[in-house]
Amino acid sequence: MLINEFLLLGAVLFCIGVYGVIARKNAVLVLMSIELILNSVNINLLAFDRLNGGNDGAVFALYIIAVAAAEVGVGLAMVLLIFRNRKTISLDDLSEMKG
Amino acid sequence: MGWFLEHAWLIPAIPGAAFALIILIGKRMPRGGSEIGIASMLAALVLSAGAAYQWIEHVNSSDGEAEAVLNRWEWFRIGDLKVSIGSHLDGLAVMMLLLVAFISTLVQIYSTEYVRGDRRYTHYFASITLFSAGMLVMVLAPNMVQLLLGWEIMGLCSFLLIGHWWEERVNSEAALKAFWTVRVGDMGLLVGIAMLLSIFHTLEIGEINEAAASGDFDSKRLLMWAAVALFIACIGKSGQFPLHTWLPDAMAGPTPVSSLLHSSTMVVGGVFLVARLYPVFHVGLDMNILGQHFNLIAVIGGITVLIAAGLAFVQNDIKRVLAYSTVSQLGYMMMGLGVGAWTAAVFHIFTHAFFKCCLFLCAGSVAHTGSHHSFDMKKDMGGLRKSMPITFAAWIASTLALCGIPFVSGFFSKDEIIDSAKHNDYKVFYLVGIIGAFMTTAYMTRATYLTFFGKARGAAAHFVHELEHEHKTTHDSPWPITVPLVILGLLAIFSGYLNAAPFKWHWFERWTESAIGLPLGEGIFALPHPPEFSWTSAAPGLVLVAAGFAVSLLLCRAVFGSETSPLRGLTERNIALRAGHKFLVNKYYLDALYEKVIVHGIAYPISRAAYWTNQHIIDAVVNTVGKAGRRTGDLVYKYIDQLLVDGAVNGSGTTARGAGGALQPVQSGKVNMYGALLFGAAAVGGLVLVLVNS
Amino acid sequence: MLLSAVTIATDIEVAQTIGFGIIAAMMIAGALNVVISKNVVHAALSLVMVMAGASAQYLLLAAEFVAVTQVLVYIGAVMVLFLFGVMLTRAKLGRDTDLNNEKGWMLALPIALLLLGVMSFVLIKGFDDTRISGSGEGKIGGAANVLLSDRIFSTYALPFWALSFVLLAAVIGGIVLARKD
Repeated sequence: MLINEFLLLGAVLFCIGVYGVIARKNAVLVLMSIELILNSVNINLLAFDRLNGGNDGAVFALYIIAVAAAEVGVGLAMVLLIFRNRKTISLDDLSEMKG
Repeated sequence: MGWFLEHAWLIPAIPGAAFALIILIGKRMPRGGSEIGIASMLAALVLSAGAAYQWIEHVNSSDGEAEAVLNRWEWFRIGDLKVSIGSHLDGLAVMMLLLVAFISTLVQIYSTEYVRGDRRYTHYFASITLFSAGMLVMVLAPNMVQLLLGWEIMGLCSFLLIGHWWEERVNSEAALKAFWTVRVGDMGLLVGIAMLLSIFHTLEIGEINEAAASGDFDSKRLLMWAAVALFIACIGKSGQFPLHTWLPDAMAGPTPVSSLLHSSTMVVGGVFLVARLYPVFHVGLDMNILGQHFNLIAVIGGITVLIAAGLAFVQNDIKRVLAYSTVSQLGYMMMGLGVGAWTAAVFHIFTHAFFKCCLFLCAGSVAHTGSHHSFDMKKDMGGLRKSMPITFAAWIASTLALCGIPFVSGFFSKDEIIDSAKHNDYKVFYLVGIIGAFMTTAYMTRATYLTFFGKARGAAAHFVHELEHEHKTTHDSPWPITVPLVILGLLAIFSGYLNAAPFKWHWFERWTESAIGLPLGEGIFALPHPPEFSWTSAAPGLVLVAAGFAVSLLLCRAVFGSETSPLRGLTERNIALRAGHKFLVNKYYLDALYEKVIVHGIAYPISRAAYWTNQHIIDAVVNTVGKAGRRTGDLVYKYIDQLLVDGAVNGSGTTARGAGGALQPVQSGKVNMYGALLFGAAAVGGLVLVLVNS
Repeated sequence: MLLSAVTIATDIEVAQTIGFGIIAAMMIAGALNVVISKNVVHAALSLVMVMAGASAQYLLLAAEFVAVTQVLVYIGAVMVLFLFGVMLTRAKLGRDTDLNNEKGWMLALPIALLLLGVMSFVLIKGFDDTRISGSGEGKIGGAANVLLSDRIFSTYALPFWALSFVLLAAVIGGIVLARKD
């Protein structure tokens, strides 16, 4: 099997995730797009792991899964808080940071 | 070797587990989790007593130096460095285990009554149990990392406990102050541990001690800096000069906490660290200035003895008197370690724990029953000796011990420190020691007089009046308070006989001195032998103690005895006395120094400088760039656009407005836009790299 | 004998490649649905498909422990969280036209395509037809997992601790942020 099969799959998923992060307005959907990006990174890590014959990549893939879980937990808590205060989770309406 | 010695790791583990249990199910227990805490401390006490018994057997059965009992498991590994966790039992560790477990048990029993009905009753017991567990972890530590672990657990719990009633701003500020001040010292500990690792290539305490005592290291200078760094940690933790300012403020916590903090845990941690790594400090801090050999620890200890004792005179809060007294006594311990009297200093830790714990608990008992939760001696106390006899008796017993009256525990330990200072050529510190004893007696006489003698005032008068109303003569605190008081009072008197030099009883010395790795015997850094006791060398100190008692009693009677005394309010009328009083009340202006001079003097200028840089330099640069851009634009517009293109492209005028306008839409505040910028920039950056490299 | 072994190996490889292709196609379709669907619940379910596909790919890469963890954590926990998030924020359960930025795709598509172009170019140029060695023998089964756990608890123990702190902080942060008071 070619390593590029996996790497290109990762690249495609990554770019789809990027598309989602930019194009989506709904906060939950943006978080989902971020999950796509993280998964594509994991595929890459495991492919390289297999290529190099260690298992360092697998260790870090596991760590990324854990970090992603933490990220979703905090991210969704923030979304809930925003929803409770604003009655909306549209990122368009959250532009207090405007310079 | 003995089951208890092999399984010493259970001693901190049980309170640690109890902490988790209290947090999880404490609120649902019939007594709010306090029973779990007390049971765990009792278990720790039984295990420690077993360990102590087997240790004594172990020492007695081995001829000469007994071996330390080590029990280690690998905790983690970084590269080649293996860090273990486990237990390292030697005389010092066993003594401290027993002390901590014993005092913690009594304090917890006392607390069930003292904080009864508190809104955070369960949390209180959880924190105090973890606090003891932290101290036990530290005491047992076989290496510096575990020691650091226990040290930090204690730091955290002291923060939680001092700020237990955080609703009042003063309390939460005191907690923060304690936390930050100790933290300043903790930096020293981290640096010191790193330096020890680089000097000795190991973190095991036993190996470090051995190497330091035998001179098995490359650079004495490096060792000195390591010892200085570690000593800074001890200064912070043990409230030594000049980081002592947090200790009196820590009185904001509940009284049992103060008593635990001040007797056997937390503040003793610093002294314990010096005693534990004694060879490092003994060799590293051995200064040689102007041909005079001395140890830096003794200097700091000596300064602290006098400074803190001076402060204790002007306090009206009974707990603050005791707090400064603790600082001063810790100074004695440090001084003892500095002058080479290791055993005497450690013995002073032992005896001091009982009588200081007892004094604090007495103060708490008075406030709990007699003065309606007020600690102000001048306003709300006085004349309580008849109505609270048990508290009074315990207080007197431990005051006698603190002052060093002969045949009471404090005498045996303190006198040996002072005597060793003289014997080991620290003449100045001998003077410091006996003057300190004089001051100790004087301020304790004042505190005793104000609390228990004279006329009842304020809340105490109310209390006494109510008693008369109910036709009762005495009304002491309930049994959970008085029982610990009685036990501690008895120990305050009798614990000294474990190492009574006048009778040549040296059990304590034999049991604790074993297996520490002290530089005994011959050699440059060898410890001097303890001096032989003689009444003639103890006499000057005793005379001064008696003088302190007499002078203070006379002054107290004169000043506080009658309303019309000419001496009353003298500190307000006489200029010199007022200045001195103010100087002491303001704690030598050290707090002001820290806050006004150091914080305001360093932090503010830095922030001002940063602000100035921001305003003048960065803004100027930005403005200049903007102006330059604009001028270029203007030039372009005026000459090239107007003259050459001549309005052919109307839109080009907008580019002349400068870079600022063009970049503003970037700060849209929209997450998507930021994402687009991030990934767009990454894509473009990648593209550039690809183009450059191919 | 040797020849037949090689042909068997290649047979397996062909089967693997076909499997990879089917799963990859499924994943890409799912991922596209996540970012363009007009229904939030459909998007979430498509994400499940992508996660499951990724897990299958991990199996192909002989990382079965990671694959199982992926199923447990992502499909089991993270997706439930997402569905809760969808429900608690009272998203419309049917079609919703207000999910995308207006003209968002005009910005997103060029950036995504540019990124894809750059990455594909680099990958194809860099790895050309590098093959993944062997069939992963010796990496599969209990021994590999023992090695993996050894790595986690020795060499990578420090990041493991850091991670446990991150999780603790996330738990506390989640509670603090989301509780009502």
